[in-house]
Amino acid sequence: MSLTGHLDAAATARLWQPLVALLERETPGMLVVDANGVDFCDGAGLGLLTELARRQQVAERQYTMEGLRPELAHLLQMFDPGDYLEVSTPRAEPCCLLEDTGRAAFQAWQGLMDMVRFTGELTLALMGAARKPRRIRWSDVWLTTEKAGVNALPIIALISFLVGLIMAFQAAIPMRQFGVEIYVANLIALSMLREMGPLMTAIILAGRSGSAFAAELGTMKINEELDALTTMGLAPVPFLVVTRVLAAVIVAPLLTLFANLLGLAGGAVVLLTLGYPLVTYLKQVQAAVTFVDLAGGLTKTLVFALIVAGVGCLFGLKTGPGASAVGDAATRAVVAGIILIVVADGLFAILFYYLGL
Amino acid sequence: MAATPDNIIEVRSLTAAYGDRVVLKNVSFEVRRGEVFIILGGSGCGKSTLMKHMIGLYQPRSGQVLLDGQDLVSAAGGERQALLRRIGVMYQNGALFGSLTVLENLLLPLEEFTELPREARHLIGAMKLQLVGLKAYARYMPAALSGGMRKRAAIARAMVLDPQVLFLDEPTAGLDPITSAEMDRLIRHLAENLGITCVIVTHELASIFAIADRVIMLEGEAQGIVAQGTPHELRKHSDNPYVRAFFRRATLTQD
Repeated sequence: MSLTGHLDAAATARLWQPLVALLERETPGMLVVDANGVDFCDGAGLGLLTELARRQQVAERQYTMEGLRPELAHLLQMFDPGDYLEVSTPRAEPCCLLEDTGRAAFQAWQGLMDMVRFTGELTLALMGAARKPRRIRWSDVWLTTEKAGVNALPIIALISFLVGLIMAFQAAIPMRQFGVEIYVANLIALSMLREMGPLMTAIILAGRSGSAFAAELGTMKINEELDALTTMGLAPVPFLVVTRVLAAVIVAPLLTLFANLLGLAGGAVVLLTLGYPLVTYLKQVQAAVTFVDLAGGLTKTLVFALIVAGVGCLFGLKTGPGASAVGDAATRAVVAGIILIVVADGLFAILFYYLGL
Repeated sequence: MAATPDNIIEVRSLTAAYGDRVVLKNVSFEVRRGEVFIILGGSGCGKSTLMKHMIGLYQPRSGQVLLDGQDLVSAAGGERQALLRRIGVMYQNGALFGSLTVLENLLLPLEEFTELPREARHLIGAMKLQLVGLKAYARYMPAALSGGMRKRAAIARAMVLDPQVLFLDEPTAGLDPITSAEMDRLIRHLAENLGITCVIVTHELASIFAIADRVIMLEGEAQGIVAQGTPHELRKHSDNPYVRAFFRRATLTQD
């Protein structure tokens, strides 16, 4: 085999497969590469020469190289083809379904254990904070309330206004056939206060703040800031998580109240366009709901906020190494947050049913 | 005026500034082909700024950076891409992609910029890792490597497309003396055997004497170069008090 010219990456890319195919077809007992004409050879070219030698070695056949320029031969000497007998795959791949299943089950179990452990830790930390409220870093709490609460007002306003409006509009169409459009007010009032207000707020909180908590704590972990806190004697859960959970629990009911109000306003717009005066709408709303409905909704919100903040912080603290792990943590925080919110909402529905609320 | 064939990089009256704050003023120097060239100076004197201008990350206020006679500052589009392909950069903390294994980090540029078949890419990646002594760690995630290994893996990644010039930002900072010495030997080995020009930003005196062919010294107040030459010349013959102080500390710490 005789090679001439410029053996760079582009030439190597064209030569590689034909040469390897040729070698496999001919299976020469002795391969002599005449490199007299090679005037330039980069890393890719050295790779090709090494590959030829390696293939001959694997097949236990002879190989010699002739006429390579001394400076290139010197470079080639740095690589022993015997070192590359098995070209490594970049990543260990799971062998089969069994390994995959085992791994997934183990991870799920670990995730559950982490959650249980974290819940206990958080409960302890919250009890500690309740005993000594002065120890809480209130400046951090207020900063987080601003980020998670005040800055969320526009999107909460937009979503709940539109949800109220759309619900009212959809309900008004069939109700009109019975001439009872005014009962749209009952529907909006009940569903906003009891379900939609708390739920929409919690989901927006999970999307905005749960993910932010996870990303922030995750980045802190990668930058060894969590380690720094630990060695200062400040455990991450009381120091970082409690402030965030408190902030979420403080802002969530306020946001829910705001969402309820805007949802009712959305309903009002529909009824106004149907020709009912505002005062009729308000009277109907007052008759439809009681304080218990509002309080029930706000209670749910408190639990939702606890879930969103807790899950966000948990996944942040569990972040693995690397930039993509922070993204994964944020994603998981939102997904797990929303699932747990919906599950908790279902449990509340059953509870309220049995309590007759 | 075309670059003389000897000079692979020429920096001509480069002025660098962040907003109103001028860091470097009218800096000119050249790097010769195949040498180990060190940019040194105290903290905050603009070493890293100068390097980031030389690799085209920052646009200078004025001036030119000629890479093999072509101006990197005014180049755009495909021409600029082709110029950037000729350089490799090792960032201070490696800047390896955390979601990829060490070998995958090396394969990425090969996949994007060459037509090589898969097994060829893997072999070339493994060969580059062998050069820096990390072949056994191909499957490791970067987070599982020590600081020195991460820097070495970053050098392997910077070299994977066979650049003519290798830029190294603080290759020995934060490493223990033994690992630092190994890193120095690796750089010297690469420069001598592969003929790669190395441009190194550092302030580690031991490294400077171990590997440098030529150095330039920057100083914050002068906003530019206060001395250039071989390290031994500068230590013995410089009449600049700052340079003498810099190197005298060297002799003190080396004793």
